[in-house]
Formats: sequence, C-alpha cells, structure tokens
Amino acid sequence: IPLMGVTHKALQERQRQQMARGLPKQKPITGVKQVIVVASGKGGVGKSTTAVNLALGLTAVNPSKSVGVLDADVHGPSIPKLMNLKGNPELTDNNLMIPLTNYGIPCMSMGFLVDDAAPIVWRGLMVMSAIEKLLRQVNWGSLDYLVVDMPPGTGDVQLSISQNIPVAGAVIVSTPQDIALLDARRGAEMFKKVNVPVLGLVQNMSVFQCPNCHHQTHIFGSDGARRLAETLGVHFLGDIPLHLNIREMSDRGQPVVVSSPDSPEAEAYKKVAAAVVRRLEEVST
Amino acid sequence: NDNLAQVQHVVLVLSGKGGVGKSTITTELALALRHAGKKVGILDIDLCGPSIPRMLSVGRPDVHQCDLGWVPVYTDAEKSLALMSIGFLLDDPDDAVVWRGPKKTALIGQFVSDVAWGELDVLLVDTPPGTSDEHLAVLENLKKHKVDGAILVTTPQAVSTGDVRREITFCKKTGLRILGIVENMSGFACPHCSECTNIFSKGGGEDLAKLTGSVFLGSVPLDPLLSASIEEGKDFIQSFPHSPTFSAITSISHTLLNSLQAA
Repeated sequence: IPLMGVTHKALQERQRQQMARGLPKQKPITGVKQVIVVASGKGGVGKSTTAVNLALGLTAVNPSKSVGVLDADVHGPSIPKLMNLKGNPELTDNNLMIPLTNYGIPCMSMGFLVDDAAPIVWRGLMVMSAIEKLLRQVNWGSLDYLVVDMPPGTGDVQLSISQNIPVAGAVIVSTPQDIALLDARRGAEMFKKVNVPVLGLVQNMSVFQCPNCHHQTHIFGSDGARRLAETLGVHFLGDIPLHLNIREMSDRGQPVVVSSPDSPEAEAYKKVAAAVVRRLEEVST
Repeated sequence: NDNLAQVQHVVLVLSGKGGVGKSTITTELALALRHAGKKVGILDIDLCGPSIPRMLSVGRPDVHQCDLGWVPVYTDAEKSLALMSIGFLLDDPDDAVVWRGPKKTALIGQFVSDVAWGELDVLLVDTPPGTSDEHLAVLENLKKHKVDGAILVTTPQAVSTGDVRREITFCKKTGLRILGIVENMSGFACPHCSECTNIFSKGGGEDLAKLTGSVFLGSVPLDPLLSASIEEGKDFIQSFPHSPTFSAITSISHTLLNSLQAA
C-alpha cells in the first residue's frame, strides 16, 4: 500500500518508536530527586576526587539537603579510599544493599563488594548487571542529590546509566591540557547524544603554587578547559588548583571540604557546588 | 600470514588507573628505544581516547591497506617509528567513540592481527585504563602470536596504586609476565626555587613493586617541560637531553631492553 498521505513527521515518529523498542525504559531511582553524573572523557583528571568534594560541597552550601555518592567505576572504584569506607554492605529485609556512610554521605561502590587486590575483569554483560544492581538494589532512603562518579571514557557504562535513569545533569571534569580536553569534548558530545544536560566544565589541577616560594606553575597547561567551555557553548563551573593538601587528605580518606573547610581548595569546591545548584535550576525550567 | 612474525618483542603498557601517563610513557619509551637504535612500533588501542597520534605529531594521515593488512603510519622517513591508532580510522578525531563491547572487541582483533608491521625490534601496545573487554580482547588476540610481558604505570598516590594492584593480580591470573612497574609524576621540582613537592606523593610505585614481588623499573618526575612537549607533539628526547626526566626515561628503557633480551 503506497504511503500517500503519511507525513514525513509521522514516519520519523514511527522510526523513533521502532528504535526505542528494545532499549531499556528510563525509570528514576526510588527516593532520589536529582542525579548528577560526574564524568570526563579522560582518566585521571580527578573525577572521583571532584565527585566526593562536590557531594560534600553540596551539603556545605545547603545543609538541609541530603546527598549520596554512587561509584559507577566498576573496574577502578576509588570512592571507598576517598571516603575512608570499607566493608561489605548489609542487606535490608527486602534484599536491598545498605549504603556505607561517612561525613553524612551514604555511598555505594563496587569496591565494597570485592577484595582490595582483586581485579574486576568482567565483560560487558556482567558490568551492566553490576551497574543495574548498584542503581536499583541500594536502599538510598530519600536523597535530594545523588552524585554518580562515572568511569573514564564514553562506553557501555555511560550509555547504560544515561538510558536507565533520568539524569538531571552532567558535570565534566578536565585538566587544562589539550589531550584531556579532546576527551572532555568527546564526553560532552556523548551526553548531547543521549539527551543529558551538560551542567558545565570543571578545570581541575588548574595551577600549582610552590609552598616554598609561592611561584605559580601551570604544570598541565593553562585555561584550556575554560576555552573549551566557550567553544562548546557550555558553562564553566570553576577552577580547582593543584594543592598538595587535596591529595594528602584524599589518600587519608578525609576529603578536603571536611578536613580543611576554610582552605582555598575547599572554597574552590564549594564554589563549584553552588554553580552546580544554580545550573540545575536553570536546566530544569 | 602472521604480521607479528618479524616483531622481536611485544610489550603491553598497562595501568589499572586512568591518567597516570600510560600514553606518555609509551611514547617516551618508544622515542628512547629509537634513540638507542631500535626499530619500534606503537599500537594505540585506547578506543575512547587515542592520544598517541597527537603526541607524535602525525596529525590525521590517510591509512592505506596492502596485501598483508593495514600499513602503519611512520613518523619519519627512516621508518624507525611506526604507529597504528584507532584515532586514524575516525572521520573526525574529536568524535565520541560510543561503542559497546562486541564492536570494540571486533576492532581490537583486527588491529592486533591486521597491521603489516614488517620488521620491528619492539612493539609497544598502549591500552586504555582498567581491566575490561578491550584488555581481554587484546590478550586473547595477542596470545595467538606472542607477548613478552607488560609494564605497569602508576602514580605514587593511594588511589592509583590501589587500582594498579588489581591490574597486577590480573596479570598474574592471566599468565602475563610483569616486566616491571614505572612510577610516574613522582615529585615536582619548582622551576623557580627547586623545592621538591610530592604533589602526587612519592614512593608508592616502588612500595607496590616490593609488595607484589615485581621489578621496579624507575621513577619519572612530574615535569612541565615533558607535558608541554607531549602536548605539542615534540620529541622530548631530542629537545631536552640534559634533563633528569630524560635520564630517568633512558634508564627505564635500558632496563626494559635488557630484560627483554635476557628472557
């Protein structure tokens, strides 16, 4: 039967429906109001450190808000170390995992479910099933924000999370170097492809100040992330400097926002948190 | 037809952790080995962030095929350094490569087997961080040929060594020989007053080597000259032959060559 009278728009809609069949349905996580993903294209730019300090920054900026952290980096889970948490989660009566809490932030991570030295060598399907478990089988209670620490890259996990749950916005972390920015750009494009609003870019390791002579060195380049934000037309959420304190405290599992709340580093994170709150309001209207 | 038949040594460069400098160390080691007169190849299979073409300033060349497979891109007329990267096959290198497992593993299989390397002394394989589909695919495909072992790169701080420790276990379980551990970004010397600050800590890589009974290949300091060089795609080895970073990298490449030739 010839398709006369069927508009181009109707055909497009039919195509869209056909493609959507087979894709998972997006369902919010019970009790969680807004999900913020912290991503980057590149590894090692400070996603996890930023995610943890952002979560703590969100509560510092507005103490009435409840915030949780989900560590979706199945292969290299850093959240347990950064939040000084260890141990197997207990289960509720209906078999939901109870998050481990420190500094008032409930957390869940693959790191709680495996040995410290064990490699997590799983193929795609097992990773997806683990992510599904971390998304749906955790007893978060009621949270205003769930900060999700994503793994590096633009692959299965990022796709799955974006397809399975509604994400209020993505924060992309980069260092100033071009090599990190290329990956950050890919990360931003990926979120556009899956319709997740990009809240903005954070420029991590922006500058190093020598504790001895106060000379400033731009070890990883300068202002690249700021320029990229302009090029991509995304917001610039702030600079976080390279400070010995951040790494020292991170190694001890005492995030700088709680261990040195009045330091310039902690202030930098709180500024980013405030910017994230503003941007969330902007994108939801 | 075995495209790896005339490759003397195959070395994987691994890390459990992202951003520790795998691609940088791979590039620097390749340049150091070339400086020592070796014919070197680099296989860049970091599908989500192929950095090596930029680090070697090869831009976006056309990739050709010959009877034996893909022709690698040479960085110089003497063909002393060959490179094959997923970055070459993307229409726009800034495109997001958002693929699921099976598509990636299929491509890796092709990459490992179908590049016509010809004669090489050493082939370095730069991998993405972690222990995922890509790594399993690489190992499964390489095992059909041969692999001498793996170098593990870490930075000194706890979140890195923790992940790299997992990677070490992965190597042991898959029977992959660990050629040694490199501790990157080990200490920063202020260019103004020379005070050394251990921004990312120090000694973590060496401790990890002791803990796991692995060889410690050496430390490379955090050097803005190196990061700038890499950024601009320049040959650090040629530009800064007197820097401590150069000595560190050269020493690591000698130790590596010795252990490859001894085995």
